[in-house]
Amino acid sequence: MSHSDHHSEGPALGHVLPIKMLVGVLVALLLLTGLTVWTGQMNFHGWDLKIAMVIAGIKATLVCTIFMHLKWDRPLNAIFFLISIVFVAVFLAFTVLDTYENEVNVEALIESKR
Amino acid sequence: MTESSATSHVHDEHVAHHFDDAAQQFETGKLGIWTFLLTEVLFFSGLFVVYSTLRNNNPEVFAYAAQFLDTKLGFLNTCVLLLSSFTFALGVRNAMLGQTKALGINLVITFLCAAGFMGIKYQEYSHKYHEGLLWSGSEHSVFKANLDDVHPEIRAHSSVWGDAQKLTPEFRHEVGQFFAIYFCLTGLHGIHVLLGMILIAWLLMRNARGDFGPNNFNAVDFGALYWHLVDLIWIFLFPLLYLIA
Repeated sequence: MSHSDHHSEGPALGHVLPIKMLVGVLVALLLLTGLTVWTGQMNFHGWDLKIAMVIAGIKATLVCTIFMHLKWDRPLNAIFFLISIVFVAVFLAFTVLDTYENEVNVEALIESKR
Repeated sequence: MTESSATSHVHDEHVAHHFDDAAQQFETGKLGIWTFLLTEVLFFSGLFVVYSTLRNNNPEVFAYAAQFLDTKLGFLNTCVLLLSSFTFALGVRNAMLGQTKALGINLVITFLCAAGFMGIKYQEYSHKYHEGLLWSGSEHSVFKANLDDVHPEIRAHSSVWGDAQKLTPEFRHEVGQFFAIYFCLTGLHGIHVLLGMILIAWLLMRNARGDFGPNNFNAVDFGALYWHLVDLIWIFLFPLLYLIA
């Protein structure tokens, strides 16, 4: 489609990222790593894991969109990647939902073996 | 290659005969790599699900066991890996612009970072081995359900042996489970880093041969995508393993 738009400068293939942007992403990633170590030492009363995962999510988004070029790629590549994330979420969510479901049966089994 | 020039298409030497042009070849290869990365994410997700189940069932075990991991080394390794992703991204940029010398330098730095990561990992692993901080099935584990089964060498040298004796057999076994998932996750990730090092070495060899230029950098770009995924997985592993309060 709008092929010629983003290929107008630089080589015929791909998209050349400015060095400043790459350095910016590295600095942001290192700062976020420092932040997650700092929040890891704090006690946020049950929110610790969520905060750590949000920070990791931001870092992952930076790596995917900039370092991995997804921002400038054809959308199909990002769709493929997002599909994998959706299936991981389904996998994880259903396992977590089911974790306590069999608790009663497991306890009964352990009891019966005593 | 020479055969293709006989066909109706005007082909450049880097384009395989089944592609119309370099752009189609590039986009096709890229989609192929993203498909591979998709399977990699699903591959790792199995272990992440095991992790979440174990942690959900025994949050106190994870909080206890995480104290045996060295946050400083984990942090250092995170920084090393992020730096390597950055230098590989710089390398891709060099390749696109035809700066083959700079590409070589950036690939070497990336390789050294990967080696540094594995060196630090080796330090961590050997420390755990000597202290008996292993899955309970291991001969050298300090977390055996039956204390009589703990290896005499570990009893004599491990600084954790005293603590382990005070734990209940169930708790000890569960701490052993934490180390089982720790070694599975970091081990599988470590294998990916080793494969990445082979990949970088191959790219370096091809670069020295003069294979890459503004019209032919697909291998560098795709190798970098793989390397960034390895980085991406570590971004999640670091807080999940090292930063449990």
